[in-house]
Amino acid sequence: MDETGIRAIRALIARRKRWDLMFAVIGVMSLMIGILTFVTLFVDMIIDGAPRLSWDFVTNFPSRKPEQAGILSAWVGSTLVMIVTAATAVPLGVATGVYLEEYAPSNWMTDLIEINVTNLAGIPSIIYGLLALGVFVYQFGFGQSVLSAGLTLGLLILPVVIVATREAIRSIPAAIREGAMALGASKWQTTADHILPYSTAGIMTGVIIGMARAIGETAPVITIGALTFIAFLPEAPIKSEPPYLSFDWLLSGFTVMPIQMFNWTSRPDVAFQHNAAAAGVILVAMTLAMNAIAIYIRYRLRKNIKW
Amino acid sequence: MVSVVHRDQTRSAVAANTLVMKAESIGLNFHYGDFQALKSINMPLYEKKVTALIGPSGCGKSTYLRCFNRMHDLYPGNRYQGEIKLYPDDTNILHPAVDPIEVRMRISMVFQKPNPFPKSIYENVAYGLRVRGVKKRSVLDEKVEEALRSAALWDEVKHRLPDLATSLSGGQQQRMCIARALATDPEVLLFDEPTSALDPIATGSIEELISQLKARVTILIVTHNMQQAARVSDFTAYMYIGELLEFGLTDEIFVQPKNKRTEDYITGRMG
Amino acid sequence: MSALTRADVAIVVTTDKVSDRLARRMSRNLRERVIESILFLAALVSVATTVAIVLVLLTESFLFFSKVSLWDFLTDTQWTPLFANPHYGILPLISGTFVSSFVALAVAIPLGTIIAIYLSEFAPHTVREVAKPCLEMLGGVPTIVYGYFALLFVTPLLQKFFPSLPGFNLLSAGLVMGIMIIPYISSVSEDAMRAVPMSLREGSYAMGATRFQTAIRVVTPAAFSGIAAAYILGISRAVGETMILAVAAGTQPNLTWDPTESAATITAYIVQVALGDLPHGSIAYQTIFAAGLALCLITLTFNVIGHLLRKRFRQIY
Repeated sequence: MDETGIRAIRALIARRKRWDLMFAVIGVMSLMIGILTFVTLFVDMIIDGAPRLSWDFVTNFPSRKPEQAGILSAWVGSTLVMIVTAATAVPLGVATGVYLEEYAPSNWMTDLIEINVTNLAGIPSIIYGLLALGVFVYQFGFGQSVLSAGLTLGLLILPVVIVATREAIRSIPAAIREGAMALGASKWQTTADHILPYSTAGIMTGVIIGMARAIGETAPVITIGALTFIAFLPEAPIKSEPPYLSFDWLLSGFTVMPIQMFNWTSRPDVAFQHNAAAAGVILVAMTLAMNAIAIYIRYRLRKNIKW
Repeated sequence: MVSVVHRDQTRSAVAANTLVMKAESIGLNFHYGDFQALKSINMPLYEKKVTALIGPSGCGKSTYLRCFNRMHDLYPGNRYQGEIKLYPDDTNILHPAVDPIEVRMRISMVFQKPNPFPKSIYENVAYGLRVRGVKKRSVLDEKVEEALRSAALWDEVKHRLPDLATSLSGGQQQRMCIARALATDPEVLLFDEPTSALDPIATGSIEELISQLKARVTILIVTHNMQQAARVSDFTAYMYIGELLEFGLTDEIFVQPKNKRTEDYITGRMG
Repeated sequence: MSALTRADVAIVVTTDKVSDRLARRMSRNLRERVIESILFLAALVSVATTVAIVLVLLTESFLFFSKVSLWDFLTDTQWTPLFANPHYGILPLISGTFVSSFVALAVAIPLGTIIAIYLSEFAPHTVREVAKPCLEMLGGVPTIVYGYFALLFVTPLLQKFFPSLPGFNLLSAGLVMGIMIIPYISSVSEDAMRAVPMSLREGSYAMGATRFQTAIRVVTPAAFSGIAAAYILGISRAVGETMILAVAAGTQPNLTWDPTESAATITAYIVQVALGDLPHGSIAYQTIFAAGLALCLITLTFNVIGHLLRKRFRQIY
């Protein structure tokens, strides 16, 4: 190639490479828009809410006076609801995941189940609220209670747990399964003794991510009729007299953290908005902590670190 | 140590201007991370001739080929040492100041497995031209047709240029990839085992194509198939574990190799 | 040494009775089958959930449509079920959903796609390792917090530039919803792009293309079916979002195509009604199921479109 030809090529390449640079800049800026928005939100909430964060705030009931209002009923309610959510989603989700990976034959029934799982993941959360209202609250008669909310959120995060279980099981090498069976173990023995223990970390990651999501869900819980202003706590599960274990709390009225924040955000009084910010800080901190734990577990899994 | 067979013959041919050097590797070393894949290769590439690289698996022939169009730059941890000089302008392809894109605009490549883009046949062949900023429809039409004719594919696809390239058979896809590489009038055309993924009939048509193409472009072809090298190439280089063991006229290498190890490989005793 | 007879060997080998072994094996088989049935029933719960959702929506909507005609539902321009003179036209709610989703996607689709292309084709390894968890966290923030942000930060900020902007408006809610959806679009799109084989990129670079040309002309078209799936996911998410809109866009149904107005979406309406007292069996109670049914049909339509798109483009590549 002659000199002019080479010079033409070099000019062309220089022009084209400017696009490379421009796009890299635009890419970084787009990333920044997303991340900076989140940082701004969090910082703004911290500035507004930090003054209100105190031991009193955590142990007070909501009140008509913003300075005295607290999140006690909210976080207790959230905790109780999460217990029911986990008790629903984990057994059902893991069992479904194990069934689909280990037992399910290749027929239309299995296809139907798999389509349903994918489908459920895409249904808006408020529809779950409608389901709960019609079925749990009225049909089954659980009423507007912790039990209804827990069951609903459990169903909501079921696809997350199922997918996490399936992926965790899939990552176990076939050699282990074959080794166990070759020694005469039955299918269930192989699953219980080998498959499940080895996939625990992966399953836990999915469960934690699901719970982090459930803790922040507002719409389905509002639809069931969680009360937005309650100044009482459900009955404690542990009692000091026989039979020592009570389930009254399951059917009690309740509220949860995101609903409390929603209630305070909607008030025109600026002081309540500070409360909302404080509640938001706690809520986001809880969610981030759970996600961080899940990411950490997944990171250690990827690096194949022995526990 | 390299033994260029019948150096006198080639030297006199060069003097008589019937044999011109298009490129030359000088002391070329290559490292994948810590592993040295090429050891001090000195090898000429003669213009408008077909040079074949043969050798057992893992000897570095594809690695050597991919130095010519700086493909190794796409992956981290690779290191070139030495030079590959491109003539007549004396450009060192491997020099860090030389833009790999510039090199690739002068040197095209056809890969082992056909890799048509998810576009129409026309757009595939025109891709190199569009990348160079050619927009005029008439120019593109003309160059696409010319490239497809040179690749012996025009008659088969002239009525289906808007069809997706992935709808072609394996052999046709590879010929389209060759057309794509030719459309930009490269100075050197690199072939990386172009027929190993194809059936014998498609292989035959591509070998014939390569013999015709050398009239317009310098060709460097890597092949694990010795018979193919013997059929198609003018010069052959035998590589073994990263070194160039023997280089020379194909006829002489296959009939009377100077190096014992070359002979072992060619007769099938090894590799 | 005398020869061992078959009877000798049989006695040596069998230490317990055949009937014992058979009984053990039968009970193990029974246990296996019981366990499998339990697991199967657990798996059926997901099917049961879908069936329950369909049943609940359909039965309550059926009751609703026995009192309100379908024609009115689809064409009336007012939605005022709780008023003395009630109107049951779903159009205002649909317009609210549409406008807010449009604003959100106008933000999320360009930004999400650019981020995906950047992370997949341009970003160095360390940037990608940091950015991905950050974006994941963005998607994990509870939506009520985004609602708070939209109402109490974005709206006042926008009001500085547009003083006539009402306190509740679809624009702030839509913008914040867009930011929330970015991770959904970017992560699915990026996965689709990374799945494009390296051989295609090598082919493009070998032709002298720059990184930008390769990313736009080769990788993105090759990943198109995955990118379309990402967009559909974003649309579904936007249409189904509740809290951001209930808090920041208001709960007054308003048939409008102007994002600077306040309006209620289908989801915000359901929340608003649920907050009040709902006598079970009243028509007001049934309206939320009819609205929910409309929402489900919209989401279903988009999911089906997404499925068809993916099928069609997966054939090509």
